[in-house]
Amino acid sequence: MEEVPHDCPGVSSAQAGRGASCQGCPNQGLCASGAAAAPDPAIEEIKEKMKTVKHKILVLSGKGGVGKSTFSAHLAHGLAEDENTQVALLDIDICGPSIPKIMGLEGEQVHQSGSGWSPVFLEDNLGVMSVGFLLSSPDDAVIWRGPKKNGMIKQFLRDVDWGEVDYLIVDTPPGTSDEHLSAVQYLAAAHIDGAVIITTPQEVSLQDVRKEINFCHKVKLPIIGVVENMSGFTCPKCQKESQIFLPTTGGAEVMCRDLKVPLLGKVPLDPRIGKSCDKGESFFAEAPDSPATLAYRSIIQNAELSWQPYLAFKN
Amino acid sequence: MLRVQGKAVHQCDSGWVPVFVDQEQSISLMSVGFLLEKPDEAVVWRGPKKNALIKQFVSDVAWGQLDYLVVDTPPGTSDEHMAVVDALRPYSPLGALVVTTPQAVSVGDVRRELTFCKKVGLRVIGVVENMSGFVCPHCEECTNIFSRGGGEELARHAGVPFLGSVPLDPELTRSLEEGRDFIQGFPESPAFPALSCIAQKILNEAPVGLS
Repeated sequence: MEEVPHDCPGVSSAQAGRGASCQGCPNQGLCASGAAAAPDPAIEEIKEKMKTVKHKILVLSGKGGVGKSTFSAHLAHGLAEDENTQVALLDIDICGPSIPKIMGLEGEQVHQSGSGWSPVFLEDNLGVMSVGFLLSSPDDAVIWRGPKKNGMIKQFLRDVDWGEVDYLIVDTPPGTSDEHLSAVQYLAAAHIDGAVIITTPQEVSLQDVRKEINFCHKVKLPIIGVVENMSGFTCPKCQKESQIFLPTTGGAEVMCRDLKVPLLGKVPLDPRIGKSCDKGESFFAEAPDSPATLAYRSIIQNAELSWQPYLAFKN
Repeated sequence: MLRVQGKAVHQCDSGWVPVFVDQEQSISLMSVGFLLEKPDEAVVWRGPKKNALIKQFVSDVAWGQLDYLVVDTPPGTSDEHMAVVDALRPYSPLGALVVTTPQAVSVGDVRRELTFCKKVGLRVIGVVENMSGFVCPHCEECTNIFSRGGGEELARHAGVPFLGSVPLDPELTRSLEEGRDFIQGFPESPAFPALSCIAQKILNEAPVGLS
């Protein structure tokens, strides 16, 4: 991968190729000539690659730690329960790649073939890609600035041999920065079905979700809906419910109503979810009757309604 | 969380004036949140722009005489983290407080954060295990919703101090929602002794008055 200088101003910036930090960069001439600000040819290449991918779904959150990767993994598990549905899960959280662990694929390696990088297959119909598979040790840190992360995301979208896929689920890091912009920009020419946004019930979390919703509007990314995670806890001993993450402003329900975005559902806390993820197993298999499992299944059904029209083409 | 949303940042001769969160003016705050026109505005910036603002937060804010500067960071090991380490390096930072939740998936990411600290020469003051257990207010049964012990084990594996575990407490969430001082409001909470103990350990490391 190309080395970029520490203080790269960004290839589309007015300073591109002209800033002090550009001296010595191998791309300096390219940027100074304005060629780098031209549309990236990778966008067309990715459009071609994505022709075999029917649905693309981004999973976003404003805050970290709200259960985004857990949701992405279980959305993948849920969709892949139908053996005739081909599912791909792409983890673009470059600094914190949790997906390999949650999917029970820690330690797996990525192989190259004539047609590109092969995803790691959990099942015949469920393939996974993550920077986690490219790291040799669980202690390795990915200390990369934006441009290098963007390069990795480009490679994931362009160079992975996804094959014929019904659903590509893209798990993202929290926020609205390089990774999110890159994912949207590189997929610009290929149709993205939309984004699912994960939150917890409290206002401190919702504040960031509103920003995430505004980001989606800004980059014209449709919103499939919002999932409220960690929504209530039932004590296993006395069966009484407590709210740990208090919905002091009405939770996601009120926010979704105000902003006119769909609420896909609410998932209660269940200690078995964390345990399953830690073991790399599907929570659906671990606790099929849990209220959390039922909530997840209902959310997946609600989400499917938003890409219903495309199902007609599939059949 | 500190009940100063919507406040404006002013300029003075020595730079931007941070916002005081209490009457005694013992805690001041700077955040990009103060620079947004609307609270729901998304800050959709790539790395270089974020780095520039972080540098300004360190060098262009008139912090005045401070005993402690606490820097809250986003998750990860990227632009923001490198920018703030670079900006603070000339001022010999005391180190990093690394927060994790107990479960393995969280610890899996935080291991990498510890490697980051090592690589950039940032000392680790210690690891805090947050959301460590929930005591049911109805029957007092403690449930480890996000598992338990991962933070302590991580600290041991990495050879850094373990500062303590903070349990889940809805009153802490409520305080943050309402911007109230949790320490003042809920001294009976199970989270209070945990937080106090951690704060005390840090104070012991670098008492006020010692350079």
